[in-house]
Formats: sequence, C-alpha cells, structure tokens
Amino acid sequence: MRGLVVLGALASHWRRHPVQLAMLLLGLSLATGLWTGVQAINAEARASYSRAAQTLAGDRLNRIVPQDGGWIAQADYIALRRAGWQVSPILEGEYRIGPVRVRLLGIDPVTLPRQAQMVPEMASDLSALAGARKTLYAAPETAERLGQGLVAAPGLPVGVVVTDIGEAQRRLGLEGRISRLILAAEQPLGIPDLATLVRGVAVRAPDASGDMARLTDSFHLNLTAFGMLAFLVGLFIVQSAIGLAFEQRRAMVRTLRAMGMPLLGLMVVMISELVGLALVAGLIGVAMGYGVARELLPGVSATLRGLYGAEVAGGLDLPAVWWLWGLLIAVAGTLAAAALHLVQVWRLPLLNTAKVGGRVAGMARLLWLQGAASLVCAALALGLLLFGQGLLSGFGVLAGLILSAAAGLPVVLAGLLALARRMARGALAEWFWADTQAQLPGLSLALVALMLALATNLGVGTMVSSFRQTFVGWLDQRMAAELYVTTRTEAEAASVADWLKTRADAVLPILTVETQLYGAPGEVFGVIDHSTYHDNWPLLQQSAGVWQAVAAGEGALINEQLHYRQHLALGDLVVLPAGWSVPVVGIYSDYGNPMAQVIVGSAVLAAHFPDVSGLRMGVRVAPARAQALAEDLRETFGLPVRNVVDQSSIKAVSLQVFERTFGVTAALNGLTLGVAGVAMFASLLTLAAGRLAQLAPVWAMGMTRGALARAEFARSLLLAGLAMLMALPVGLGLAWVLLNVVNVEAFGWRLPMYLFPLDWLRLAAFGLIAAAIAAAIPVRRLARIAPSTLLKVFANAS
Amino acid sequence: MRLSLIFIALFWAGSALAQGFAGLGGSGAGFAEVKPGMVLDFPRDHGAHPAYRVEWWYLTANLAGSDGRDYGVQWTLFRSALAPETIDGWDDPQVWMGHAAITTPVHQFVTERLARGGIGQAGVVAEPFVAFIDEWRMQGLDPMHLTAGGPDFAFDLTLQADGPLVAQGQGGYSVKSAQGQASLYYSQPNYQVSGTLTLPDGPVRVSGQGWLDREWSSQPLAPDQTGWDWVSLHFDSGEKLMGFQLRDGGAGFVSATWISAAGEPEPMPTGALRMTPLEQRQVAGRDLPVRWRLELPQRGLDITTEPVNPDAWMPTMVPYWEGPIRFAGSHTGRGYMELTGY
Repeated sequence: MRGLVVLGALASHWRRHPVQLAMLLLGLSLATGLWTGVQAINAEARASYSRAAQTLAGDRLNRIVPQDGGWIAQADYIALRRAGWQVSPILEGEYRIGPVRVRLLGIDPVTLPRQAQMVPEMASDLSALAGARKTLYAAPETAERLGQGLVAAPGLPVGVVVTDIGEAQRRLGLEGRISRLILAAEQPLGIPDLATLVRGVAVRAPDASGDMARLTDSFHLNLTAFGMLAFLVGLFIVQSAIGLAFEQRRAMVRTLRAMGMPLLGLMVVMISELVGLALVAGLIGVAMGYGVARELLPGVSATLRGLYGAEVAGGLDLPAVWWLWGLLIAVAGTLAAAALHLVQVWRLPLLNTAKVGGRVAGMARLLWLQGAASLVCAALALGLLLFGQGLLSGFGVLAGLILSAAAGLPVVLAGLLALARRMARGALAEWFWADTQAQLPGLSLALVALMLALATNLGVGTMVSSFRQTFVGWLDQRMAAELYVTTRTEAEAASVADWLKTRADAVLPILTVETQLYGAPGEVFGVIDHSTYHDNWPLLQQSAGVWQAVAAGEGALINEQLHYRQHLALGDLVVLPAGWSVPVVGIYSDYGNPMAQVIVGSAVLAAHFPDVSGLRMGVRVAPARAQALAEDLRETFGLPVRNVVDQSSIKAVSLQVFERTFGVTAALNGLTLGVAGVAMFASLLTLAAGRLAQLAPVWAMGMTRGALARAEFARSLLLAGLAMLMALPVGLGLAWVLLNVVNVEAFGWRLPMYLFPLDWLRLAAFGLIAAAIAAAIPVRRLARIAPSTLLKVFANAS
Repeated sequence: MRLSLIFIALFWAGSALAQGFAGLGGSGAGFAEVKPGMVLDFPRDHGAHPAYRVEWWYLTANLAGSDGRDYGVQWTLFRSALAPETIDGWDDPQVWMGHAAITTPVHQFVTERLARGGIGQAGVVAEPFVAFIDEWRMQGLDPMHLTAGGPDFAFDLTLQADGPLVAQGQGGYSVKSAQGQASLYYSQPNYQVSGTLTLPDGPVRVSGQGWLDREWSSQPLAPDQTGWDWVSLHFDSGEKLMGFQLRDGGAGFVSATWISAAGEPEPMPTGALRMTPLEQRQVAGRDLPVRWRLELPQRGLDITTEPVNPDAWMPTMVPYWEGPIRFAGSHTGRGYMELTGY
C-alpha cells in the first residue's frame, strides 16, 4: 500500500513532464523496435536457409556427385542400384515458368529416402506417376506466384518447384541425365566399391548449415550490427531521459526518505516503475519491430535472391517468443541505462544538498575516467587486432573501437572547448565557450549517440559500397564474355565452336571439374590464354608473367578463400587431385564463393581429367551483336533459350537487384540516424528546462532573447558538427575492421576498401539537419519566452 | 495364395480412383480381367502380366541351419500397375516392390525395396527366367538362384524343384470370394533349398524346403473383407496344403488346396478347412493370433501350429506378420503363415 503511494508520488513527476515521459517511451520503443525488427528479419532468413539446406535431406544424407560438375548418366544410376547401392536420383536445373525463373527439382518419389521426402503427396499418391503430364509442386507462395496449375506443398523452400524426375528430364531437355544421387542412410551389406561401378563420381558429405547460410552470413552480420547499434543509441535516449527524471526528483526522494520511507523500499518502487515503463515501451517496440521487419523483408529477400540466389520467404510471423524477447530486452536495457542513476539514489545523502564545486570536481574526475576508459578500450582493440584470432576477436576489435570512441568523445570535446575558450576574444565569446563547456556533460550522451550513429552509418555504408564495387568487379570476372552457351553433347560443342569461329570474336571453352581440394569441396577451372582474362580478372597478388604461366600449365591461380584457409602464398605448391601440384602464381578475389577454387590452363586440366566436361563456352562478340548472335545460335542448333545466356541482361538484372540492397541499408541507416536525432532532441529539450537560470543573467545584462537563441542554436550545431568530425575516423575505422578483420575471419575473403567522400558530405548534411531540427524547438521556445519568465529566475533566487 | 499385394493395391488404387484411373468395382478401367477357363501358358506366364493390376513372385522357405536352429526366408517381388500398360522410361506405370526377410527364433530381419518400371531397376523376364529389383535376384526356375539382402542380413540360396508346377483352383483359376473375384495362381511347392544366410553373428549354412507362389489379378478384395490368415504347409509325408481365410463381418471365405506327394493338387470345398486362433499375442502394438488349430476332416487333419518366432512382424510400408511355423497333432511338419489386416 505504502509502495503504491510512493509510486503515485514518483509518477506525479511524469504527469508534470509528459515530454520526458514521451521521450523515454519513444527511445525505448525505438530501440526495442529496431532490435526486434532486425532479429525477425534474420530469423526469417535463417529459417529459409535451413529449409533450403534441408531440401532432400541435404543436411543429413550423403550425396554422390559427378566430379566434373556435369551429369551422372541414368545408366550409371541403374548400374549402382543393380549393384545394391541405395541411391535415389535428383535432377536439378533452372527452369522458366512464364516470366519467373525457378529451381526445378526432379525426384523419384519411389526410391527417395524417407528423410528426404518433402512432398508427402508424391510418395503416398503414386498414381500421379502415371499419365503424360505430371504434377508440379511448389511452396504455397511460389505456387501462387506462378499459377499455371502448380500444387501447393507447404514443406518446400521458396522458389523451388518439385516434380517427378521423368517430367523434370523432359522439361529441362535432359533426358537420361541425373544431377546427383542421394545416398540412403542405410546400405546393404557388402556392396561393391563405388569406383568399380561408376567413374568420375564422388561421395559428398551432408552440409548441415547449407551454403546459403554461409554465403549470406556477412549480410546478416551487417543487419545485426545495425540492430545492436540502433538499440544502443536508443538506450542513450533512455539513459538521458531517466537521468533527467532522477535529477529532478532528487528533492522528492529526499522528502520521501525523510518521511521514513526505507531506502530499500524506495529502490524497489523505483525499479518497479522503470520495469513498468519498460514493459509498455517494449510492447510498442515489438509491434514497431514487426512493422519494420515487414516493410524491409521484401527488399531483403530481393537482395538475398539477387546476391546469392538465396530464397527467403516473404511471409513473417511474430511468435510469442518474440514478444517475450522484446520485453526482456527492453527491461534489461532500461535497467542497464538506469543503473548508474539508481546507484546515485542509493548513495544520496539524506540531508546534504549538492554543491556546485563538488559537481565540477566530479565532472573533471569523470572526464579523467572516460579518457582512461577510452584508452584502455583502444588498447584492447589494438591488442586484439594484432594478436587476436577468430571471429570473436574480430567482434572484440569492433566493440573496443566503438567503446573507445564513445568514451573518448566527451574528453576530446572538452579538450577542444577548453582550447577554444582560451583563444576566445571578448566577454561574449568567452561566455559562449564557457557555457558550452558547462553544457557538455548534459549533452555528451546525446552527442555520443549521434557520433555512433554517424560512425556506424559511415562504416557500414563504406563496407556496403566497397562490397558493391567488388561485386561489380566479380560479375565482370565471371561474366566477361557476352554470351554463354551450354551445349548438350560433345559433338554439338564441337560444331557450335566451329560455327562460331567466323561469327564471334573469340570462343572461350570453359572446363570445370568439381572435386575435393584439401579435404573440402572445391572447383578447378580450365581457361585458355585469352586477353579476356588478362583484362578482366583482377588479381590481388601475382607473379611476373602470371597468365603465360597459367596457359603453359606451369602455374595456377587460387582464390582468396584457399589462400587464407591453406596459407598458400605465391610460389607455394597447390595440391590438386590425383597427386598433381602446381605453383601458385596468382591470387584472386572470389567474393561470395564458399568453396576453394583453382584456375589452371585448359590443356593441362584436360590432360589430368580426361573426362572433364567441355560442354560450356563463353563467346566474345561486340556487345551490339550479342543479341542477334544468340538468336542465330538458338535457331541454328535448336538450343533451348536457357542454353544461350545473354550476359549483359543478366548483369543488368544482378546490379539492379544489388541496388535494392542499398534500399534496405539506407532505410536502416535512416532509422538509426532518426533515433540519434531523437536522442539529441530529448537531451536538448530536457536541458533547456534547466537553462533559464544560466541564461537569465546574460539576458539581464542586455543580450536579446533572439541573440541568446541564435547562440544556443549555433552551439547545438557546433557540437553536432564536432561529433560528426569525430565520426569520420571512427566510421572509417569500423569499415576497415569489418572489411579486413571480420570478413576475413568469417568468410575467408578480404574486401578492398573504397572511399566515398561524397557519401560523407551527404551524411554530414543529414547529421547537421537532424541536429538543427532537434535544436530548433527548444531554441524557438527560448526566442519566444516571456521576459517575465526570465525575471522569475531572479525572484526565485532572492 | 498371397494376399498382401491386394491390400497394397487397395492402398494405391484408392488414390488412383480419386485420380480417375481405376475403379475398385469390376475389373478396373482398362485392366485385364481373370475369367474362368483361362489356361496357363509357360514359359510366358513366368513373366510379368502388365495388363493386370497386381502380380507377385513369392518365395518362402523353411530352413534348418548347420547351427541346429530353424530359420525362415522370404523373398517377394510385387508388381502393381497404375495403368494396364508398360512404357519405356520414367512414364512406365508399373511400380515394383520387393520384400526380403530372414526369421530366426529370436530375430526378424526385414528389408524393403521400391522401384519404378521402365528404367531397368526392377522387372521380370519370362525366358530365361529372372525376376529382379536392385541387386536382388530370382534367377532360373530349376535350379533357381535366389539372392537378397539388407543393412543387417543377406541370403544366397540355390533351389532345386522336386516336383511339377501346381495349378491352384481350377487349372489356375482361383476364386477369392463368394462374389466370385478370382486370380490366376500357380505354385511350385516342392523346392529343395540350400545355401547361406549372412547374419550379424556370421554366415550360417542352411538347407530345407521352399515354396514359390505366382499370382496375378486385377480384382481387389470385397469392401467388407478386412484381412486374411494364410498358411502353406509341408507335411513330413511329402504332402502339402495351401489354405486361407478371408475375414469379414461374418463367416469369412475359406479356401484350401491339398497337394499329394507327387504334386497333384486337389481343391478342397469352400469352408472345408477350419482355422481357429488359439493364442493372441501383442506384436508391434497389435493383437495377433500366432497359434492356430487347423482342421480338415476330409483328410483327417487336426493340428496345432506354433510360430518359430512369434514376433515375425514385417514393418514394411504395408505391415503384416509373416513367418515360419511348426505344427503337431494328426500330422507333423513345417510351413509358413501370413497374417494381415490386424
């Protein structure tokens, strides 16, 4: 009962200061909302990947794959079955239904192991196997998108269409061919060795996480970083709102204590109050997070589909566990933000009033502490950078950098202001600087929030833009030829190449061998000596005469993943299957590829792998003629549309999709900055209330309200500008760590860092505008304040 | 007669009905019909009859091991047609299913295989005879080489026929119900078997008697028939008995064939054989009658059967009980029993 009375007394504060309450709730719900939204997007994406990885039990069952990346003959499948091998055939291919490209999976429901069944109807209703046209199954949303009489099968990943293997062979024009074989978990006793039955195949272990999860980790890492930072920035708002409320309620707390309220009881009531507020804000936040996630998810799925071919379902559900997590994080965040203030209340002397001198001394001590903390964090970050290993250490570097910058900002600002004050000429200028100095402690948290938001923006923006540059380069590498042709037989390959001789500038046969490299799946490419590669294939490191060495079979190029994983440097021997090893003459970036890859001369590859598939070729032709040549090719050889791919259109689509990434990034960036703006606004607003006592004497000495307001406005912009200046090196540092430490640890590739000064200017403008808007309201209020209000200050003082 | 597949045919044909491929009544849309007066024609009829909806090659053997223990072996290839035709490639509407099992007094080893027709994974050739699914083979009729295996067992047996093929029913026309449903049905009940079983404890040399059933039809059970109990018996006298009862709400439909030691079949009148369950046992969560009293007064037969292993359960796609039995009473000998629909 007494607790309720006390709670009522404490709550009366919020009634008198509704804006403070609004700020607190807004900050907390924004923080919770962004955090929840990002988590929800990530969770949805991960669920989609794991569904994809579970497709046909790819995460649990071994597979038999062709080593050269081509096909397994159906006759070989039958030979394996007739020898006892319990395998089930899968045919997989890109297939177009109307305007939509899907992954067509042909399965044999009769032999498919039970764990791999995805469409129960197919196994139980074998009658669907009879008849000329067989049913196509797809995830409900894919089926809806495609129409065309597809049957919805809820267990399927998005973008996948499943049908009988015979139907798939017919639709893909791949009669008698199989992509891979799923091995049942149990095999009969004493079956003959695989190698004695079928040549050119290998058993591949199941992939628990799925390639998609690995590929897209970097993307989700960015989202998560955004979510975390938005949450932290939101907590700054909470911290300043709570701090102000506690400050203003000191007197009340004393009174309550003097009236006999025990300290412990008071603490319990205050914590309950905070938890109550946090729960309300948390609920709002989770709802907001759901909205954020729903708004962003289509963009995210488009991005992931374009970048990695990863399909993420567009639907989003908000299970109860999210609400719980949202509330929990809101409460935890609030208590963390309030911890310092609660400790202060705990220690608050019952009678003593605070002394100004004591506060100043306390401020100086705080600055020293902050400076020391900043240095320690910086040292830790540096230490981890130099001596740390692994992804966790990478995150440690990031955290150290951010914390160091956050703790260091007030120190740097205080130093700058002290310097400015010393150089100031005239009483007014000196007052301005001195007053700014005095303001700093109250504003520093908001400034830190702004600085972190700007730095994150800059860091992540730089990383994404660098990522885009790299991606464009990567597209050029892989798709340097104008047309890509896939022929159906070796004979056709020969006649197509012959036909193209007079019609194209060059034909580049592409040999691929899918194999094991250093105990993990890898690829070996065979290329001919052609300027296409010299001109388009940027190398991170290279020996002299690199392409000649490759063409002569005396050297190999390796991708960065292999370089980092196996610590292979230029001149080292890279070991290829069948006891063949070649010196490394170049290392190339291979963004987005989880596998090790080696490029050698096509002649030497063909010599070591006589079965290598040579059905694919790149065609160089003047871009203007590419379209016509593609048509000609299709007509002359009766090649299906999908077998002749026009590169420029694929590139355009890929880039278009990539641009959408920036849509998502920009949205998150904007939201984070918005949160920082709110933090600024909250701090300035709450400070403005206590400013009158300091401003009234200046006004009394003759400075107009307008001039005072202008000075206030200038001060806000100045501080924001300084925070921004500090954000630049911090942001670039973040980008550098993300690109050179975290990415390398997580994925095995280093992205080159590109600088985008125009983006910085845009960001600076945005930050200043945010600060200006935040400052405008309290400043406007000041400019229009009634002189009587200012006079009252003196009345109270007397 | 072996009825497992009729049950399976129901299972598949049910969805076929929904798809409009076949009806349960009559002979089914387009499927060939078994009619009285049809004559078996060899070697053609050793092969597959794709125009009929269901067919099987069903071999069971009562074996004695060099270790002194009794064993049972089952090798079955079922054919089930979704349409009365056969086509090269994946469009073939024939689906094949293999069951193989070894029963020991304490274990039942079972494995199951499925295959599509038309691609060479499973099938039957009449001359020279071979029935196969994956690596399992039933090759030749006399001698026959029989192999199959699973993750934990395998067998490799040679069978010599010791008598003629036996036509069941009227020259192979075997009536299945009071409504007149029928199949074409012949047997080779007189195989001398020898070979090796591979078990987790190692190989075991075995020898004994085998029984081959060949049957095809397009007509499933009557709707009120819920399951059946079937036996094949090798009497120590050299005589044989095949008998079954189809269970329905009422008296059921009971049929039997007595086969002389020389291999001459004599169909018993409907209902002449009496099959009385003596003991229920919980097997795989169901109550199964594993001990029976069989009476055939015309032949002075009154015996009590005992399973070699009462837990001879077949946990296959369509589960059933199938295992070797011993019997005593007026006659002694060995045999095989099948219990379905429990």
